[in-house]
Amino acid sequence: MSLDIQVRVNKKEHHSTIEPRLLLVHYLRDVLGLTGTHIGCETSLCGACTVLLDGKAVKSCTVLAAQADGAEITTIEGLAGTYNGGKGLHPLQEGFWEKHGLQCGFCTPGMILTASQLLTDNPTPTEPEIRRAISGNLCRCTGYQHIVDSIQYAAKKMKGKTERGKGKGK
Amino acid sequence: MATATKYIGKAMKRKEDPRLIQGLARYVDDIRLPEMHYAAFVRSPHAHATIRSVDTSKAAAAPGVVAVLTGEDVRGVIGPIPCAAQIPDMKPAIRPVLALDRVRVVGEPVAVVVATERYAARDAAELVEVDYEPLPAVVDPERALAKGAPLLYQEFGTNRAYHWELEGGDVKKAFRQADRVVKQRIVNHRTLPMPMEPRGVLADFNPGGGRLTVWSSTQIPHLLRTQIAAMLSFHESSVHVITPEVGGGFGSKLNVYAEEALVAHLSIKLGKPVKWMESRRENFQATIHGRDEIAYLEMALKRDGTALGLRCRVVADLGAYYQLLTPLIPTMTGLMICGCYKIPAVHVEIDGVLTNKMPTDAVRGAGRPEATYFIERMMNLAAAELKKDPIEIRRKNFPMPTEFPYATPTGVIYDSANYQRSLDLVLKNSGYSKLRKDQATLRKQGRYLGIGLSTYVEICAMGPSSAMPAGGWESATVRVEPTGRVTILTGASPHGQGQETSFAQLGAEILGMELDDVQVVHGDTAAVPYGIGTFGSRGTAVGGTAVYKSLLKLREKLAAIAGHILGEEPGKLEFEGKVIRSRASKKSLPLAEAIGAAYVAKTLPPGMEPGLDATTFFEPSNFTYPFGAHVCVVEVDPSTGDVKLLRYVAVDDCGNVINPLLVDGQVHGGIVHSIGQALLEEVVYDEQGQLLTGELTDYAIPRAADLSRMETDRTVTPTDVNPMGVKGVGEAGTIGATPALANAVVDALEPFGVKHLDIPFKRERVWQAIHKARRAR
Repeated sequence: MSLDIQVRVNKKEHHSTIEPRLLLVHYLRDVLGLTGTHIGCETSLCGACTVLLDGKAVKSCTVLAAQADGAEITTIEGLAGTYNGGKGLHPLQEGFWEKHGLQCGFCTPGMILTASQLLTDNPTPTEPEIRRAISGNLCRCTGYQHIVDSIQYAAKKMKGKTERGKGKGK
Repeated sequence: MATATKYIGKAMKRKEDPRLIQGLARYVDDIRLPEMHYAAFVRSPHAHATIRSVDTSKAAAAPGVVAVLTGEDVRGVIGPIPCAAQIPDMKPAIRPVLALDRVRVVGEPVAVVVATERYAARDAAELVEVDYEPLPAVVDPERALAKGAPLLYQEFGTNRAYHWELEGGDVKKAFRQADRVVKQRIVNHRTLPMPMEPRGVLADFNPGGGRLTVWSSTQIPHLLRTQIAAMLSFHESSVHVITPEVGGGFGSKLNVYAEEALVAHLSIKLGKPVKWMESRRENFQATIHGRDEIAYLEMALKRDGTALGLRCRVVADLGAYYQLLTPLIPTMTGLMICGCYKIPAVHVEIDGVLTNKMPTDAVRGAGRPEATYFIERMMNLAAAELKKDPIEIRRKNFPMPTEFPYATPTGVIYDSANYQRSLDLVLKNSGYSKLRKDQATLRKQGRYLGIGLSTYVEICAMGPSSAMPAGGWESATVRVEPTGRVTILTGASPHGQGQETSFAQLGAEILGMELDDVQVVHGDTAAVPYGIGTFGSRGTAVGGTAVYKSLLKLREKLAAIAGHILGEEPGKLEFEGKVIRSRASKKSLPLAEAIGAAYVAKTLPPGMEPGLDATTFFEPSNFTYPFGAHVCVVEVDPSTGDVKLLRYVAVDDCGNVINPLLVDGQVHGGIVHSIGQALLEEVVYDEQGQLLTGELTDYAIPRAADLSRMETDRTVTPTDVNPMGVKGVGEAGTIGATPALANAVVDALEPFGVKHLDIPFKRERVWQAIHKARRAR
């Protein structure tokens, strides 16, 4: 049995014929070759596979590719393209680099995408809000402190940009 | 090391990050080869059983399946899982790569299925029918030693794998002279390494060339190559191991696993690339576990708090078989049992015990977190018994800074330390005396603050080969390329530690270049000379030293070339900004010209070989002994048993620092790993040997919201074990943190009459301790 789906991933349309049980994470990795999304547990507990599905951070190991039919998906490979016309890194990527927010890097793509939803919903999060927001994403290397710093860096930079933008408008 | 530096000692962001933050890095599972097949393992659901029969016919007939192998199929074809540890008279608890007639642990591989698709392999694995006859299991190591316990190996006649003893000083006399003896049974329970990336292997055999390429998520690419070659009876030069990006190890990938040899064998057999990726459930069942030691401790003390002697009996749960270093790990506990105290007489005995559980092995800290937990709890118990302050009793027993190198009665020599200084600093940074005042005030309001202190020392930079099972040196080749760029080939195998950056900092500093001019290559046995790998906080102290020495050799050669061309004395030339210059004569030569001269070879000093390539195999003279002092503040809610972490203040001393940003990252991660062990993490097997904590739903690793901000600081006491004076920091936090937390929780429970409570401090355990102590009063 097979199924036809149409998905827009990182602003690019894909038409695929898939097995109905194919997980979204395997679709992204094995069919589209977007291996930046990682698999850490296959049970939605670790968050390494987090992507944005219609703007919401979801764990792609417990979403069927079939459920993503008609959806818009952003993975780590496409995140920079969503900001500032795709010129350079996304502020979150920059923040993780500046603040040493990663070591082995395996949790990083999922962590960054979860953080991106946080900053969309709440552009000026407090530290406890950041910690709560990323608590569905596990990291074994960093102890999270530099990750918090990285997200704060990005929040500050993105806020600065919007405020400057507002200033110009006045 | 140079005094005024441009790169060494500077917080620099990492060269490895751009690929990792953009999804461009390649971990094992990201590599796809044409015609790649997938393997899936059939694992034992029983902790102990005989195998009556294995029927693979249904699986073999399933769609896409190309091979199904059982233990019988590889009997005599693939060697057993290697164990590098040798302890006199230890029983040979050696495991075949696939079970033959008996399984001894849940998750033990019994068969392997290969199919053309990932899902097809997993489907077919479900179709393998294994007829088991369950046997009684034993999971408690103390029960395993008791008479009449089920035996894992009938032929041994016992579950005791070995008995190991160590004595230094006159222990009997110490206890005879003691004013007071403090005794306690202390348990350091079983935990998981839990790297975010599970294990994974991809093997590709080229039948024409007879070459086997293995990509494995490992910490030890060269040792793995040797072991795969040995297990498969292959020429080692025909095996090429590549370690791509590795998503964390924490010791779990410092090993050689059955799956690595089997996947390689399958690729050879089928002539196709074969990949296996471990699921998280498999990772919990079938990747090594850590800790699991029960200690019976007795400390002899004078009334003034001076420690006279220590007796320690450890029951170490080794699990059902040996992995690479299984039997060795508990002996590390023995070596470090004195902690940072002058205890003149020590007797340690260790019983390594076989149980129907996953083998234990090196997990971040490996034997030293256990030792530190034991001795730090004992110091606090002794302080309580003698009505002394935990700080005072520590100061009383620290060796003075002038006493280093200091030889312990366990036979190790601490290189350098100033325990007084790190303790002073952590007390200052934490505002310790104010904390005590706050605690007293809050207690009057019925709030239970606990303040815990640990002062630790660890054994790192593993290590001199004389004390290591399979070589303790490390290699580095540094090459200045004709284009003027530098390539560092290191035998260390970083997997998150950031040595692509810190080693590049060394290169840029020593040769007067930019960071981007230096590229670090690791984890490829075809590119890098034989190396040992990354574990035991050795990457920088041993691997980095090999890099450093190779760089100095090249600098010397370049200086000789430049000196010859300029007519200057080479020893007086300086390297900076890609120019070699004499400060005295102001003569200079662009670095590129000296490099070019080495390759064009027309203007070399007489007798000098062309080329710019230097290799060092660095053999350290000793381990290093980093140390530190941690203060932890918790609040316990007696009505629920909940432990809330309020503050964590750490002072660590890892000697000289190359990149402080990376050191902070290591310390943070280590502390949180240990906070996990102290508060949340525990591997639980039931009495039948079923793993109850089989998924992340049941095994809680710390999340961001469980933690507060850590306050870190450093003292710097360089070592003379290596020329850079660096000690290693990968495990420091893990070693210092558990006892600080344990001492904090017991301190909070002191008003209830609780004298000791073992980690992990889950709510029910804390609540029960409070109520048990209340009833006893």
